[in-house]
Amino acid sequence: MKKSRIIMFLGALLPLLLFVFPLWNITLEAPQYPIPLGMDIYINDFADANPHDIKNINLMNHYVGMKYIPDAIPEFKVFPIGIIITTIIGLVIALKANYKWYLYWFIMMVLVSVAGLYDFYLWEHDYGHNLDPKAIMKFTNPDGSVMGFQPPLFGTKDILNFRAHSYPQIGAYSLGLGMALGLIAYFMGRKKKNQTLKA
Amino acid sequence: MKKLNYLILALVGLATIFVGCQPKSKTTNGALSSNAAERVYVAPGQHDEFYAFISGGFSGQLSVYGLPSGRLFKVIPVFSQDPEKAYGYNEETKPMLNTSYGFVPWDDAHHPDISQTAGELDGRYVFINGNNTPRIAKVDLSVFETTEILEIPNSAGNHSSSFVTENTEYVVAGTRFSVPVPQKDMPIKDYKGNFKGALSFISVDPGDGRMDIKFQLLMPGFDYDLSHPGRGASHGWFFFTTYNTEEANSLLEVNASQNDKDFIAAVNWKKIEEYVNGGGGTKMPANYAHNVYNDDTHSATSTMMKEVLVVNPAEVPGAIYFLPTPKSPHGCDVDPSGEYIVGNGKLSADLTVHSFTKMLEAIKNKKFDGEAYGIPILKFEDVLAGTVKSGGLGPLHTEFDGQGNAYTSFFISSEVVKWKLGTWEVIDRQPCYYSVGHLMIPGGNSRKPFGKYAIAMNKITKDRYLPTGPEVTQSAQLYDISGEKMELLLDFPTIGEPHYAAGIPAEKLTANSRKIFELGDNRHPYAATTDADVKVERNGKDVHIYMTMIRSHFNPDNIEGVKVGDRVFFHVTNLEQDYDVPHGVGVIGANTSELLIMPGQTETLVWEPKQVGVWPFYCTDFCSALHQEMQGYIRVSPANSNTDLSWSLGD
Repeated sequence: MKKSRIIMFLGALLPLLLFVFPLWNITLEAPQYPIPLGMDIYINDFADANPHDIKNINLMNHYVGMKYIPDAIPEFKVFPIGIIITTIIGLVIALKANYKWYLYWFIMMVLVSVAGLYDFYLWEHDYGHNLDPKAIMKFTNPDGSVMGFQPPLFGTKDILNFRAHSYPQIGAYSLGLGMALGLIAYFMGRKKKNQTLKA
Repeated sequence: MKKLNYLILALVGLATIFVGCQPKSKTTNGALSSNAAERVYVAPGQHDEFYAFISGGFSGQLSVYGLPSGRLFKVIPVFSQDPEKAYGYNEETKPMLNTSYGFVPWDDAHHPDISQTAGELDGRYVFINGNNTPRIAKVDLSVFETTEILEIPNSAGNHSSSFVTENTEYVVAGTRFSVPVPQKDMPIKDYKGNFKGALSFISVDPGDGRMDIKFQLLMPGFDYDLSHPGRGASHGWFFFTTYNTEEANSLLEVNASQNDKDFIAAVNWKKIEEYVNGGGGTKMPANYAHNVYNDDTHSATSTMMKEVLVVNPAEVPGAIYFLPTPKSPHGCDVDPSGEYIVGNGKLSADLTVHSFTKMLEAIKNKKFDGEAYGIPILKFEDVLAGTVKSGGLGPLHTEFDGQGNAYTSFFISSEVVKWKLGTWEVIDRQPCYYSVGHLMIPGGNSRKPFGKYAIAMNKITKDRYLPTGPEVTQSAQLYDISGEKMELLLDFPTIGEPHYAAGIPAEKLTANSRKIFELGDNRHPYAATTDADVKVERNGKDVHIYMTMIRSHFNPDNIEGVKVGDRVFFHVTNLEQDYDVPHGVGVIGANTSELLIMPGQTETLVWEPKQVGVWPFYCTDFCSALHQEMQGYIRVSPANSNTDLSWSLGD
């Protein structure tokens, strides 16, 4: 019982690393950028991978009518609060509650993460498709529709002269590991309980 | 399968025959057999091993080459205007070329030398001398731009310059021509005994690198040709070659070649520094310009200095000695250990090498051979370490490889001669095409040379390249000196006349090379660092446009209300913060150059409209896919019109 509590405790704390490390990274490669342009996405900030990268991404993107990456989005307020609340809940569960609650915490975290990813996808879609009608360069798909420039949610994709990479970073891995620890704690708790029952 | 085996066997047999036929000895000459092409080939996208800063001579500039490829990367404008970079044309850099004679847009740039710490190259600055209107310039190697120029008063023909001491305590600038000090109206024939040769010791601030003339030594009226600092044990001394110790004032080619021996002047600058720090020397009225460029204001200021501290050799006994050296020595070179001082007697066949230890001994024993203007002359035999019987003719300059070897250029016999320090034996000689002046080994003027390559800087090329009319290219030649024998690998053209060069391993500079200027650090008084700062102001007949530029537009790009007779100042700030995205500006009919503005920088172009009309301006540096769209119009109304000042972008 004690061991699973410690693991649950650690699992609840790990997502706090999101305040230190980026959640996600988008990197744009092109021949003219031997050092690629990159943006680190934190739960409360968009940051340059190298100095002035976001400014330079904006400069590139204005040719195809994409909006500037905003300095701040509402999610930067919501996400940190969400992480703090779920951490507090996790810690309370670790200290006080029955092992079954570890599973409930895990499920809650999965739902929160999926919601976050979906929100991220919506923003990306808008960013890639909501183009200025006076864009300097307009591109169409083979079927005649207006070409979008949405970076991939996960993975690598060629967009015009750029190759865009979108991958989770230490923050996201910390969140994932924290959730996994919650689930492990649940199974450990259940095993122990079963052993106790048999005895 | 069996057939294939026979085929392989046959091929192996053939290969054996061909290998067997190859010449066994490696002594054959020629680039092809020595794979010279491969050794100077730097593949596309790869970097050279060394930077070489090669003086442009009468072009007044300093060029930056890569070694071993001999590729030209940049011409750094130093003493001459450069319309490509607007140096000396824009309002910000005009003060750099200010002197006591007014604006001097040209000079003769001679001897670059890289700053040192503890006797080794530190890669902070390159110093270079302007020979004609005596000046010393400092190029900052984080930006590869000239950031300071100091005029040298009481000097004329600033040739025995600009060499640095072991910790860059001083950059030294010696006069070639002796002149009346202070200048005055007097008969030329009264030269002898009345003219002085000023040797200037310019201190370099260890923090910001700011130059200041600490003192000037007023030497007898000889010609001071070249100089080098002592190092190691001889640190604290400086050595200058002299010629025209005859003090002739006419037909010097004959009259200054009569003495069998001239001198190397050994100057104990530490001793004079102590004297000066103790309040010694005389403050003399002077007038010379000190021009400093600031990378935050992106502007230069010129200050006229009104005083210089002069020291008469007689005031500091025991600080200066003359070492007799045969036949009008040119180069004055000190080996990496600091023990040997090489006098390159340019009218002789032999090289004279003096010993620092012997010199100190002779001074201690007061074994003098008379004196000149109160300065003791040491006995030639007492200070001589050895003579290199070279077999060549006209030695000019010697460099060192740090492996105990020296390399001397011979102008008249047109060759490089390699010899051994201490035994004075000649090891190798290779021809130069043609008439070599100076040599350069990276780190050659330091305790730690990088003895892999030497370049010879030649005075004549004749038929070495495709002809280009009467004026043909200047040239340098690259030798591999890593083996016992030197090997000529490459000829490459240079800008202007390459008098001397300074080389440094590339890795000592690349990490510090700036990519952009931070807009946030821009302190230019007319900067517009955001679009909100954009405006046009009238002040009498002066119109100031605070303009921005970013891919791919100017803001504003429509300006009205300017009148004939106005002076229009385009203060243009490049808002880019990306590497290698400069923009340029050209305005029709401007009586000056374009501007070429680096990211984060502000520069100013003055335009004086003379005709009514609507006139375009545009970006001169292909910046982006929309470069051709990067243009604007300025409306010029008659002098008496009432058109209001207005400006806009995108309506």
